[in-house]
Amino acid sequence: MIRRRRHGAATGTVRRGVRVGIDLMSVDAVEESIRVHAGRYLRRVYTSRELRDCATSGGVPDARRLAARFAAKEAAMKVLRAGDEPLPWQTIGVCADRFGRPALELTGAAGDLARRRGIEALDVSLTHEGPFAAAVVVARVRDER
Amino acid sequence: MSADTRTVIRSVLREHARLPVDIDTLDDDTDLFAAGMTSHASVNLMLALEDAFDIEFPDRMLTRGVFDSVSAIASAIAELSGDGEPSATGGGA
Repeated sequence: MIRRRRHGAATGTVRRGVRVGIDLMSVDAVEESIRVHAGRYLRRVYTSRELRDCATSGGVPDARRLAARFAAKEAAMKVLRAGDEPLPWQTIGVCADRFGRPALELTGAAGDLARRRGIEALDVSLTHEGPFAAAVVVARVRDER
Repeated sequence: MSADTRTVIRSVLREHARLPVDIDTLDDDTDLFAAGMTSHASVNLMLALEDAFDIEFPDRMLTRGVFDSVSAIASAIAELSGDGEPSATGGGA
């Protein structure tokens, strides 16, 4: 149910907008973090689903795919306008929708913030090429101002 | 907060923050993100600080503001150490 808001009260409408976030990530930086901090880095930043999805057949973390996921987390934080809100990185995760396409899953603090920010829907696109990975996140936002 | 603590923080920053400038050219209150530290580098910084000071940053402290200057980092370490004088266990982590 869509409730009438102060700004739309005269017409019974709710203002909606679209918000976009983008981030570019160095694959080399992720490789270095894995080399220096190993499991502590992986466990603090990525969801168990992401770690499973980004493991090679030999079980080794694929830095290119992890870099794309880190870019997705940063792009989502821009859409969420996180500012100085405490947002553990694992509360923003890339999963797959029912068609196998990348999707964003927000849990805990990130889910709470999305609700407070009026975010109704999110989509994400990932890419990696050579030394870089990137992600774009688009959100439909209620009462965008 | 002791000068030693800030020295260790600067050593960790030099090794892990991937700053495009020499940390010694920045004062304690300079915004490290404005100076070129990326969000990903701040993850490495956090992990290296945990090693150096034998602490763990809780979720509530995973904010940009906690890591945005030498002074802010020193305050956070003091809080986590409980007495305002954290004991460094190593430099550069």
